[in-house]
Amino acid sequence: MRPFQYQRAHSISDASTIAALPEAMLIAGGTNLLDMMKLQVATPSQLSDIGRIGLDGIQDTPDGGLRIGALATNTATAVNPRVRADYPVLARAILAGATQQLRNKATTGGNLCQRTRCYYFMNVEQPCNKRDPGSGCGAIGGVNKLHAVLGTSDQCIATYPGDMAVAMTALGATVVIATGKGTERTVPLSDFHCLPGDTPWRDNVLEAGEVIVAVTLPPPVQATQLYRKVRERSSYAFALVSIAAVIAMDGGKFTRADFAFGGLAHKPWHDPRIGELLVGAPPSPELFDQAADLLLEGAEGQGDNDFKIPLARRTLHAVLAEAVEKAA
Amino acid sequence: MPDELIVNGTPYPMPEDPRVTLLDFLRHDLGLTGTKKGCDHGQCGACTVIVNGLRINSCLTLAAMHEGHQVTTIEGLGIADEPSPLQRAFVEHDGFQCGYCTPGQICSATAMLDEIANGWPSDASKTLDGPFEASGEEIRERMSGNLCRCGAYANIVAAIRDVAESEPAA
Repeated sequence: MRPFQYQRAHSISDASTIAALPEAMLIAGGTNLLDMMKLQVATPSQLSDIGRIGLDGIQDTPDGGLRIGALATNTATAVNPRVRADYPVLARAILAGATQQLRNKATTGGNLCQRTRCYYFMNVEQPCNKRDPGSGCGAIGGVNKLHAVLGTSDQCIATYPGDMAVAMTALGATVVIATGKGTERTVPLSDFHCLPGDTPWRDNVLEAGEVIVAVTLPPPVQATQLYRKVRERSSYAFALVSIAAVIAMDGGKFTRADFAFGGLAHKPWHDPRIGELLVGAPPSPELFDQAADLLLEGAEGQGDNDFKIPLARRTLHAVLAEAVEKAA
Repeated sequence: MPDELIVNGTPYPMPEDPRVTLLDFLRHDLGLTGTKKGCDHGQCGACTVIVNGLRINSCLTLAAMHEGHQVTTIEGLGIADEPSPLQRAFVEHDGFQCGYCTPGQICSATAMLDEIANGWPSDASKTLDGPFEASGEEIRERMSGNLCRCGAYANIVAAIRDVAESEPAA
């Protein structure tokens, strides 16, 4: 690792002051950041350890929802009794990711901010517009099995690698951000991550000096919640395609159908048109095909990842069939 | 805040260079070479230690982040004359060949049995509510962060099951 100054933040305000400096970074669990620092993909000159500023609580909100602190570990969230009872898709998504050792360190905020595992991004010998703007994209025309098929640009085809945020997106979560000016702002999680466009180095909407303080979930609804993750081995692998689904039915028709998709794009993919299509309609294979058509509108394979397009279609069919069976 | 880190019950002064990972602190500064460096990127689990009761990859954390914390390494679980139940079971079941991954496997499994006893679910669990059993399927999922390149997995699972069955979850 390159030399850096280490200090421990004692408050959100401390963290924010450091986060505003151009070569400084915050460290929480550190499992992604230290990996990148060893590879010199990340070379901060200052690290501010925010591990002891609180923010690790998981509390009921006045409206019956749940507020998950930015420093709550993935393990703490997945085993939380309310998450297990009311937001099982979130517990399932977290448990489907990484390993217990990593989940014991990984935090809510860090997980939202984790960076792509694109092979070219993670290798400083390779071109990457995200890591080194203007250097090109090695993945386009290169090895790109894990890469995106939706929302790509001619500068970057990386995927957001996480599972937790996919489930949170389907649940309609909101990110609570301290602005560093003594105020907070909130951003729907579906708007938190960016598409690569012509600014692929930008993963999310956080501005300099801003610090994630929590994610809030809306009150739970009676619904079937499913997380299906398709991967190359049955444990400790990133998603090729994953689907978080929150589905309710009444009288043989969908009354709620919220989805988010992992492994397909630079962010947890969320297309509200799918839910709008389904709600009010009775389930049928034709309807599921129309839902998949909407999801995959404009999908473009890059060669090695062409399989993701039919795989996403089949996985959506399977999740819908399972949800209908359970919700009926 | 004490300017020290407690390893196997003994306090040690923190390293001066903030770049020192917990793994390098244990091995280089303290000479506790039971904990192994495999991939150094959190992929193999050879460096697994238990910090404040939770298993973590010591390669992906800075010693500085653990000031005042309680670290347990393989050296703290047992010694040759008084092995821990899992250490004994790994010997009895031939749960290794070269032995390089073994300290990480045993630290990981030690914490894993506590997780099952605590009623924590895994990706292999049919429901999210416990109690959970240390079945072969559960053990394989819960131990997926510990690789064994000799491929002693069958005997590792047998060793863990043996201990889980002789010390049933509370």
